[in-house]
Amino acid sequence: MSFEPKIVGLLCNWCSYAGADLAGTSRIKYAPNVRVVRVMCSGRVDPTFVLWALQRGADGVLICGCHPGDCHYAEGNHKAAQRIPLLKKMLTQLGIEEERVRLEWVSASEGDRFASIVNEMTEQIRELGPFSRNNGGENG
Amino acid sequence: MAKLKLALYWAASCGGCDVAVLDINEKILDVAEMADIVLWPVALDFKYHHIEAMEDKSIDVCLFNGAVRNSEQEKIARLLRAKSKTMVVFGSCACFGGIPALGNFTDRAEIFERAYVEAPSNDNPGRTFPETVTQVDGGELELPEFYDTVLTLAQVVDVEYFMPGCPPPVDLILKVVDALATGQLPPVGSVIASDKALCDECDRKKEDKKITKIWRPHEIIPDPERCLLEQGIICCGPATRGGCGLRCIKANMPCRGCFGPPPGVLDQGAKLVSAIASIYQTNSEEEIARMVEEIVDPAGTFYRFGLADSMLKRKRL
Repeated sequence: MSFEPKIVGLLCNWCSYAGADLAGTSRIKYAPNVRVVRVMCSGRVDPTFVLWALQRGADGVLICGCHPGDCHYAEGNHKAAQRIPLLKKMLTQLGIEEERVRLEWVSASEGDRFASIVNEMTEQIRELGPFSRNNGGENG
Repeated sequence: MAKLKLALYWAASCGGCDVAVLDINEKILDVAEMADIVLWPVALDFKYHHIEAMEDKSIDVCLFNGAVRNSEQEKIARLLRAKSKTMVVFGSCACFGGIPALGNFTDRAEIFERAYVEAPSNDNPGRTFPETVTQVDGGELELPEFYDTVLTLAQVVDVEYFMPGCPPPVDLILKVVDALATGQLPPVGSVIASDKALCDECDRKKEDKKITKIWRPHEIIPDPERCLLEQGIICCGPATRGGCGLRCIKANMPCRGCFGPPPGVLDQGAKLVSAIASIYQTNSEEEIARMVEEIVDPAGTFYRFGLADSMLKRKRL
Protein backbone atom coordinates (compact mmCIF):
# COMPACT_ATOMS: atom_id res chain seq x y z
CA MET A 1 0.00 0.00 0.00
CA SER A 2 1.35 3.42 -0.84
CA PHE A 3 2.14 5.81 1.98
CA GLU A 4 -0.36 8.60 2.55
CA PRO A 5 1.10 11.33 4.80
CA LYS A 6 -0.98 12.48 7.74
CA ILE A 7 -0.57 16.20 8.31
CA VAL A 8 -2.06 18.04 11.26
CA GLY A 9 -3.00 21.60 10.29
CA LEU A 10 -3.19 24.13 13.10
CA LEU A 11 -5.08 27.04 11.54
CA CYS A 12 -5.84 30.41 13.08
CA ASN A 13 -9.50 31.20 13.44
CA TRP A 14 -9.38 34.65 11.85
CA CYS A 15 -7.44 34.24 8.62
CA SER A 16 -6.17 30.79 7.77
CA TYR A 17 -9.19 28.75 8.79
CA ALA A 18 -11.31 31.07 6.66
CA GLY A 19 -8.75 30.66 3.90
CA ALA A 20 -9.10 26.88 4.07
CA ASP A 21 -12.86 27.31 4.10
CA LEU A 22 -12.62 29.42 0.97
CA ALA A 23 -10.58 26.67 -0.71
CA GLY A 24 -13.49 24.36 0.03
CA THR A 25 -16.33 26.65 -1.03
CA SER A 26 -14.40 27.54 -4.18
CA ARG A 27 -14.27 23.82 -5.02
CA ILE A 28 -10.47 23.86 -5.25
CA LYS A 29 -9.10 20.33 -5.47
CA TYR A 30 -6.20 19.68 -3.14
CA ALA A 31 -4.59 16.79 -1.27
CA PRO A 32 -6.86 15.32 1.40
CA ASN A 33 -3.92 14.68 3.73
CA VAL A 34 -4.34 17.59 6.11
CA ARG A 35 -6.44 17.25 9.28
CA VAL A 36 -7.42 20.73 10.32
CA VAL A 37 -7.59 21.89 13.93
CA ARG A 38 -8.88 25.41 14.44
CA VAL A 39 -6.98 27.46 17.01
CA MET A 40 -7.74 31.03 17.96
CA CYS A 41 -4.34 32.29 16.88
CA SER A 42 -1.06 30.92 15.56
CA GLY A 43 0.38 32.45 18.73
CA ARG A 44 -1.65 29.90 20.68
CA VAL A 45 0.32 27.07 19.11
CA ASP A 46 2.54 25.81 21.87
CA PRO A 47 5.58 23.93 20.51
CA THR A 48 4.32 21.08 22.71
CA PHE A 49 1.37 20.69 20.27
CA VAL A 50 3.79 19.99 17.44
CA LEU A 51 5.65 17.30 19.39
CA TRP A 52 2.36 15.85 20.60
CA ALA A 53 1.05 15.55 17.04
CA LEU A 54 4.24 13.92 15.77
CA GLN A 55 4.34 11.55 18.72
CA ARG A 56 0.69 10.58 18.25
CA GLY A 57 0.65 9.69 14.57
CA ALA A 58 1.23 12.77 12.42
CA ASP A 59 3.92 12.75 9.76
CA GLY A 60 3.99 16.53 9.56
CA VAL A 61 2.52 19.64 11.20
CA LEU A 62 1.39 22.71 9.27
CA ILE A 63 0.82 25.92 11.22
CA CYS A 64 -0.98 28.74 9.45
CA GLY A 65 -1.61 32.26 10.72
CA CYS A 66 -2.49 35.74 9.49
CA HIS A 67 0.10 37.66 7.50
CA PRO A 68 2.42 39.78 9.68
CA GLY A 69 0.59 42.95 10.66
CA ASP A 70 -2.85 41.36 10.21
CA CYS A 71 -3.09 39.45 13.51
CA HIS A 72 -6.46 39.78 15.21
CA TYR A 73 -4.59 39.97 18.51
CA ALA A 74 -1.96 42.38 17.13
CA GLU A 75 1.12 40.20 17.57
CA GLY A 76 0.20 36.56 18.09
CA ASN A 77 1.59 35.58 14.69
CA HIS A 78 4.85 37.36 15.56
CA LYS A 79 5.15 35.02 18.54
CA ALA A 80 4.69 32.06 16.23
CA ALA A 81 7.29 33.52 13.86
CA GLN A 82 9.73 33.68 16.78
CA ARG A 83 9.03 30.23 18.21
CA ILE A 84 8.80 27.97 15.18
CA PRO A 85 12.34 28.63 13.82
CA LEU A 86 13.85 27.81 17.23
CA LEU A 87 11.65 24.71 17.50
CA LYS A 88 12.76 23.61 14.03
CA LYS A 89 16.41 24.02 14.94
CA MET A 90 15.84 21.85 18.01
CA LEU A 91 13.95 19.21 16.02
CA THR A 92 16.77 19.06 13.46
CA GLN A 93 19.13 18.15 16.30
CA LEU A 94 16.73 15.34 17.18
CA GLY A 95 16.99 13.98 13.64
CA ILE A 96 13.63 15.30 12.44
CA GLU A 97 13.55 16.66 8.90
CA GLU A 98 12.85 20.36 8.61
CA GLU A 99 10.04 19.86 6.10
CA ARG A 100 7.88 18.08 8.67
CA VAL A 101 7.07 21.34 10.44
CA ARG A 102 5.98 24.32 8.40
CA LEU A 103 4.77 27.81 9.30
CA GLU A 104 2.87 29.76 6.64
CA TRP A 105 0.80 32.91 6.43
CA VAL A 106 -2.60 32.43 4.77
CA SER A 107 -5.22 35.18 4.68
CA ALA A 108 -8.98 34.63 4.46
CA SER A 109 -8.88 35.39 0.73
CA GLU A 110 -6.07 32.98 -0.10
CA GLY A 111 -7.90 29.69 -0.63
CA ASP A 112 -5.72 28.86 -3.61
CA ARG A 113 -2.56 29.57 -1.61
CA PHE A 114 -3.73 27.26 1.17
CA ALA A 115 -4.43 24.50 -1.36
CA SER A 116 -1.03 24.82 -2.99
CA ILE A 117 0.78 24.81 0.39
CA VAL A 118 -1.03 21.61 1.38
CA ASN A 119 -0.25 19.99 -1.98
CA GLU A 120 3.40 20.93 -1.77
CA MET A 121 3.81 19.81 1.82
CA THR A 122 2.03 16.50 1.16
CA GLU A 123 4.42 15.71 -1.67
CA GLN A 124 7.48 16.67 0.39
CA ILE A 125 6.42 14.41 3.22
CA ARG A 126 5.53 11.62 0.87
CA GLU A 127 9.16 11.79 -0.29
CA LEU A 128 10.43 11.70 3.30
CA GLY A 129 8.28 8.76 4.28
CA PRO A 130 6.46 8.12 7.55
CA PHE A 131 7.66 9.83 10.74
CA SER A 132 9.54 7.20 12.71
CA ARG A 133 7.87 6.58 16.03
CA ASN A 134 10.29 3.82 16.80
CA ASN A 135 11.98 5.42 19.75
CA GLY A 136 15.20 3.92 18.64
CA GLY A 137 17.25 0.92 19.52
CA GLU A 138 16.28 -2.47 20.76
CA ASN A 139 15.33 -1.13 24.19
CA GLY A 140 13.62 2.09 23.08
CA MET B 1 9.74 -0.62 66.35
CA ALA B 2 11.82 -2.83 64.09
CA LYS B 3 14.43 -0.99 62.12
CA LEU B 4 13.59 -0.07 58.52
CA LYS B 5 15.53 -1.83 55.81
CA LEU B 6 17.07 0.67 53.39
CA ALA B 7 18.75 0.07 50.04
CA LEU B 8 20.65 2.66 48.02
CA TYR B 9 21.67 1.99 44.46
CA TRP B 10 23.48 3.83 41.67
CA ALA B 11 22.88 3.07 38.03
CA ALA B 12 24.05 5.44 35.26
CA SER B 13 25.09 8.29 37.53
CA CYS B 14 28.16 10.20 38.66
CA GLY B 15 28.03 9.35 42.37
CA GLY B 16 26.95 12.85 43.34
CA CYS B 17 23.60 11.58 44.60
CA ASP B 18 25.36 9.21 46.99
CA VAL B 19 27.50 12.09 48.21
CA ALA B 20 24.32 14.13 48.69
CA VAL B 21 23.03 11.47 51.07
CA LEU B 22 26.17 11.98 53.16
CA ASP B 23 25.69 15.76 52.98
CA ILE B 24 22.89 15.48 55.50
CA ASN B 25 25.82 15.42 57.97
CA GLU B 26 24.99 14.40 61.53
CA LYS B 27 21.48 13.44 60.46
CA ILE B 28 23.06 10.37 58.87
CA LEU B 29 23.31 9.06 62.44
CA ASP B 30 19.52 9.32 62.71
CA VAL B 31 19.28 7.34 59.49
CA ALA B 32 21.63 4.69 60.90
CA GLU B 33 19.53 4.68 64.10
CA MET B 34 16.32 4.28 62.15
CA ALA B 35 17.37 1.95 59.35
CA ASP B 36 19.60 -0.98 58.49
CA ILE B 37 21.28 -0.45 55.16
CA VAL B 38 21.11 -3.64 53.12
CA LEU B 39 22.72 -2.42 49.90
CA TRP B 40 24.85 0.63 49.10
CA PRO B 41 27.44 -0.20 46.43
CA VAL B 42 29.29 3.10 46.76
CA ALA B 43 29.91 2.70 50.48
CA LEU B 44 29.25 -0.82 51.76
CA ASP B 45 30.23 -4.32 50.67
CA PHE B 46 26.92 -6.06 50.07
CA LYS B 47 26.50 -8.26 47.02
CA TYR B 48 23.60 -8.69 44.62
CA HIS B 49 23.09 -12.28 45.80
CA HIS B 50 22.37 -10.97 49.31
CA ILE B 51 19.44 -9.05 47.82
CA GLU B 52 18.36 -11.98 45.64
CA ALA B 53 18.18 -14.14 48.77
CA MET B 54 15.77 -11.73 50.49
CA GLU B 55 12.02 -12.19 50.42
CA ASP B 56 9.93 -10.01 48.12
CA LYS B 57 8.93 -6.64 49.62
CA SER B 58 11.30 -7.09 52.52
CA ILE B 59 13.21 -3.85 51.86
CA ASP B 60 11.21 -0.91 53.18
CA VAL B 61 12.73 1.85 51.09
CA CYS B 62 15.03 1.89 48.09
CA LEU B 63 16.65 5.16 47.03
CA PHE B 64 17.58 4.55 43.39
CA ASN B 65 19.79 7.08 41.63
CA GLY B 66 21.03 7.08 38.06
CA ALA B 67 19.44 6.40 34.70
CA VAL B 68 19.16 2.95 33.13
CA ARG B 69 21.58 2.55 30.24
CA ASN B 70 22.67 -1.10 30.35
CA SER B 71 21.28 -4.54 31.10
CA GLU B 72 22.86 -4.80 34.55
CA GLN B 73 21.16 -1.60 35.66
CA GLU B 74 17.84 -2.79 34.29
CA LYS B 75 18.21 -6.15 36.03
CA ILE B 76 19.04 -4.55 39.39
CA ALA B 77 16.19 -2.05 38.99
CA ARG B 78 13.76 -4.96 38.53
CA LEU B 79 15.33 -6.87 41.40
CA LEU B 80 15.14 -3.93 43.80
CA ARG B 81 11.59 -3.21 42.71
CA ALA B 82 10.57 -6.76 43.56
CA LYS B 83 12.27 -6.62 46.95
CA SER B 84 11.23 -3.08 47.97
CA LYS B 85 7.97 -1.76 49.35
CA THR B 86 8.78 1.82 48.40
CA MET B 87 10.90 2.89 45.48
CA VAL B 88 12.16 6.49 45.57
CA VAL B 89 13.44 7.78 42.24
CA PHE B 90 16.42 9.69 43.56
CA GLY B 91 18.00 12.50 41.55
CA SER B 92 17.58 13.90 38.06
CA CYS B 93 19.17 10.97 36.19
CA ALA B 94 16.75 8.43 37.64
CA CYS B 95 13.82 10.87 37.26
CA PHE B 96 14.43 12.24 33.74
CA GLY B 97 17.55 10.57 32.35
CA GLY B 98 19.80 13.42 33.44
CA ILE B 99 23.18 14.11 31.88
CA PRO B 100 23.65 10.44 30.80
CA ALA B 101 20.50 10.77 28.67
CA LEU B 102 22.30 13.28 26.45
CA GLY B 103 23.58 10.00 25.00
CA ASN B 104 20.13 9.74 23.41
CA PHE B 105 21.37 12.24 20.81
CA THR B 106 23.48 9.38 19.52
CA ASP B 107 23.49 5.57 19.76
CA ARG B 108 25.63 2.65 20.88
CA ALA B 109 27.61 2.34 17.66
CA GLU B 110 28.58 6.02 17.69
CA ILE B 111 29.40 6.01 21.40
CA PHE B 112 31.60 2.91 21.06
CA GLU B 113 33.33 4.38 18.02
CA ARG B 114 34.12 7.55 19.97
CA ALA B 115 35.05 5.89 23.24
CA TYR B 116 37.10 2.95 21.94
CA VAL B 117 38.50 4.16 18.61
CA GLU B 118 38.42 7.93 18.05
CA ALA B 119 39.28 9.28 21.50
CA PRO B 120 42.87 10.59 21.28
CA SER B 121 44.19 8.40 24.08
CA ASN B 122 43.12 5.18 22.31
CA ASP B 123 45.33 2.77 20.41
CA ASN B 124 42.86 0.26 19.05
CA PRO B 125 43.81 -0.67 15.47
CA GLY B 126 42.06 -4.04 15.83
CA ARG B 127 38.80 -2.22 16.69
CA THR B 128 38.15 -4.17 19.86
CA PHE B 129 34.79 -3.29 21.38
CA PRO B 130 33.19 -4.55 24.59
CA GLU B 131 31.21 -7.72 23.94
CA THR B 132 28.52 -9.15 26.17
CA VAL B 133 30.27 -12.51 26.05
CA THR B 134 34.00 -13.05 25.45
CA GLN B 135 35.79 -16.41 25.29
CA VAL B 136 39.12 -16.45 27.08
CA ASP B 137 41.43 -19.20 28.33
CA GLY B 138 39.70 -20.64 31.30
CA GLY B 139 36.15 -19.77 30.39
CA GLU B 140 33.63 -17.15 29.38
CA LEU B 141 33.61 -13.51 30.47
CA GLU B 142 30.38 -11.55 30.57
CA LEU B 143 29.67 -7.83 30.43
CA PRO B 144 26.32 -6.06 30.67
CA GLU B 145 24.76 -5.10 27.35
CA PHE B 146 25.08 -1.39 26.56
CA TYR B 147 21.77 0.06 25.31
CA ASP B 148 21.20 2.44 22.41
CA THR B 149 18.75 4.43 24.50
CA VAL B 150 19.05 5.73 28.05
CA LEU B 151 15.86 5.16 30.05
CA THR B 152 14.43 6.71 33.18
CA LEU B 153 13.75 4.43 36.13
CA ALA B 154 9.99 4.82 35.76
CA GLN B 155 10.24 3.61 32.15
CA VAL B 156 11.61 0.33 33.50
CA VAL B 157 9.73 -0.35 36.74
CA ASP B 158 6.82 1.06 38.77
CA VAL B 159 7.94 3.62 41.31
CA GLU B 160 6.42 5.46 44.28
CA TYR B 161 8.13 8.85 44.70
CA PHE B 162 10.23 11.19 42.63
CA MET B 163 12.98 13.26 44.11
CA PRO B 164 14.59 15.45 41.43
CA GLY B 165 17.78 17.45 41.62
CA CYS B 166 21.34 17.19 40.51
CA PRO B 167 21.84 16.23 43.26
CA PRO B 168 18.68 16.44 45.40
CA PRO B 169 19.18 19.17 48.01
CA VAL B 170 19.74 18.29 51.66
CA ASP B 171 16.48 19.81 52.92
CA LEU B 172 14.43 17.60 50.57
CA ILE B 173 16.40 14.49 51.57
CA LEU B 174 15.70 15.34 55.21
CA LYS B 175 12.03 15.79 54.39
CA VAL B 176 11.96 12.24 53.05
CA VAL B 177 13.93 10.90 56.02
CA ASP B 178 11.46 12.57 58.40
CA ALA B 179 8.49 11.24 56.44
CA LEU B 180 9.94 7.73 56.61
CA ALA B 181 10.66 8.07 60.32
CA THR B 182 7.13 9.19 61.12
CA GLY B 183 5.46 6.99 58.51
CA GLN B 184 3.65 10.03 57.10
CA LEU B 185 4.34 9.50 53.44
CA PRO B 186 2.78 11.62 50.69
CA PRO B 187 0.44 10.09 48.09
CA VAL B 188 2.08 7.64 45.68
CA GLY B 189 3.40 9.38 42.58
CA SER B 190 4.30 12.59 44.45
CA VAL B 191 7.29 14.64 43.46
CA ILE B 192 9.19 15.65 46.58
CA ALA B 193 9.82 19.28 45.59
CA SER B 194 7.83 22.45 45.00
CA ASP B 195 4.71 22.53 42.81
CA LYS B 196 5.68 25.91 41.37
CA ALA B 197 8.02 26.91 38.58
CA LEU B 198 11.43 28.14 39.62
CA CYS B 199 10.67 31.71 38.41
CA ASP B 200 7.88 31.83 41.00
CA GLU B 201 10.40 31.30 43.76
CA CYS B 202 13.19 33.41 42.33
CA ASP B 203 13.65 36.73 44.13
CA ARG B 204 15.60 38.53 41.41
CA LYS B 205 14.23 41.84 40.13
CA LYS B 206 11.93 41.14 37.19
CA GLU B 207 10.82 43.81 34.76
CA ASP B 208 9.89 43.66 31.10
CA LYS B 209 11.28 40.60 29.36
CA LYS B 210 12.56 41.84 26.02
CA ILE B 211 15.88 40.66 24.67
CA THR B 212 17.81 41.47 21.53
CA LYS B 213 20.82 39.23 22.05
CA ILE B 214 21.47 35.86 23.67
CA TRP B 215 24.62 35.59 25.78
CA ARG B 216 26.25 32.33 26.74
CA PRO B 217 27.15 32.24 30.45
CA HIS B 218 30.90 32.52 29.84
CA GLU B 219 30.53 35.62 27.66
CA ILE B 220 29.12 37.97 30.28
CA ILE B 221 29.18 38.68 34.00
CA PRO B 222 25.52 39.03 34.89
CA ASP B 223 24.03 41.60 37.25
CA PRO B 224 23.36 39.53 40.41
CA GLU B 225 20.13 41.42 41.19
CA ARG B 226 18.28 41.24 37.87
CA CYS B 227 16.44 38.39 36.16
CA LEU B 228 18.99 36.47 34.10
CA LEU B 229 16.61 36.00 31.18
CA GLU B 230 16.14 39.76 30.94
CA GLN B 231 19.92 40.02 30.61
CA GLY B 232 19.84 37.68 27.63
CA ILE B 233 21.14 34.61 29.43
CA ILE B 234 19.21 31.39 28.85
CA CYS B 235 17.77 30.44 32.21
CA CYS B 236 15.52 27.38 32.38
CA GLY B 237 13.51 28.80 35.30
CA PRO B 238 10.22 29.33 33.40
CA ALA B 239 9.87 25.61 32.64
CA THR B 240 11.61 24.05 35.63
CA ARG B 241 10.14 22.89 38.90
CA GLY B 242 11.16 24.87 41.96
CA GLY B 243 12.18 23.57 45.36
CA CYS B 244 15.91 23.48 44.72
CA GLY B 245 16.66 26.41 47.00
CA LEU B 246 17.81 28.49 44.00
CA ARG B 247 21.31 27.06 44.26
CA CYS B 248 22.47 28.10 40.80
CA ILE B 249 20.67 31.45 40.80
CA LYS B 250 22.34 32.43 44.08
CA ALA B 251 25.70 31.63 42.52
CA ASN B 252 24.78 34.04 39.68
CA MET B 253 24.40 31.18 37.24
CA PRO B 254 21.26 30.46 35.19
CA CYS B 255 18.98 27.54 36.00
CA ARG B 256 19.91 24.49 33.95
CA GLY B 257 16.63 22.67 34.51
CA CYS B 258 17.69 19.80 36.78
CA PHE B 259 14.37 19.69 38.67
CA GLY B 260 12.53 18.76 35.50
CA PRO B 261 9.25 20.19 34.24
CA PRO B 262 6.75 21.75 36.67
CA PRO B 263 3.32 20.11 37.10
CA GLY B 264 1.24 20.27 33.93
CA VAL B 265 4.18 20.63 31.57
CA LEU B 266 4.43 17.66 29.22
CA ASP B 267 7.70 18.55 27.59
CA GLN B 268 10.28 20.79 29.22
CA GLY B 269 12.19 21.46 26.00
CA ALA B 270 9.12 22.53 24.03
CA LYS B 271 8.06 24.89 26.83
CA LEU B 272 11.52 26.41 26.94
CA VAL B 273 11.45 27.01 23.18
CA SER B 274 8.19 28.82 23.76
CA ALA B 275 9.43 30.80 26.76
CA ILE B 276 12.76 31.88 25.29
CA ALA B 277 11.60 32.69 21.74
CA SER B 278 8.63 34.68 23.03
CA ILE B 279 10.84 37.33 24.62
CA TYR B 280 12.77 38.20 21.46
CA GLN B 281 12.22 41.88 20.84
CA THR B 282 12.07 41.77 17.08
CA ASN B 283 9.75 40.90 14.25
CA SER B 284 12.26 40.85 11.46
CA GLU B 285 12.97 37.47 9.98
CA GLU B 286 16.72 38.15 9.79
CA GLU B 287 16.91 39.21 13.43
CA ILE B 288 14.96 36.13 14.54
CA ALA B 289 17.29 33.93 12.49
CA ARG B 290 20.31 35.58 14.11
CA MET B 291 18.91 34.98 17.61
CA VAL B 292 18.12 31.36 16.78
CA GLU B 293 21.72 31.08 15.58
CA GLU B 294 22.95 32.49 18.91
CA ILE B 295 21.40 29.57 20.77
CA VAL B 296 24.15 27.18 19.77
CA ASP B 297 22.65 23.95 21.06
CA PRO B 298 18.92 24.36 21.80
CA ALA B 299 18.19 20.63 22.21
CA GLY B 300 21.15 20.09 24.54
CA THR B 301 20.28 23.23 26.51
CA PHE B 302 16.55 22.69 26.85
CA TYR B 303 16.76 18.91 27.41
CA ARG B 304 19.98 19.01 29.41
CA PHE B 305 18.50 16.78 32.11
CA GLY B 306 15.27 15.65 30.50
CA LEU B 307 15.83 14.01 27.13
CA ALA B 308 14.94 10.45 28.20
CA ASP B 309 11.72 11.72 29.79
CA SER B 310 10.77 14.05 26.92
CA MET B 311 8.04 13.36 24.38
CA LEU B 312 10.48 12.39 21.65
CA LYS B 313 12.80 10.62 24.11
CA ARG B 314 15.76 10.45 21.75
CA LYS B 315 17.13 11.37 18.37
CA ARG B 316 15.42 9.46 15.55
CA LEU B 317 17.50 6.50 14.45
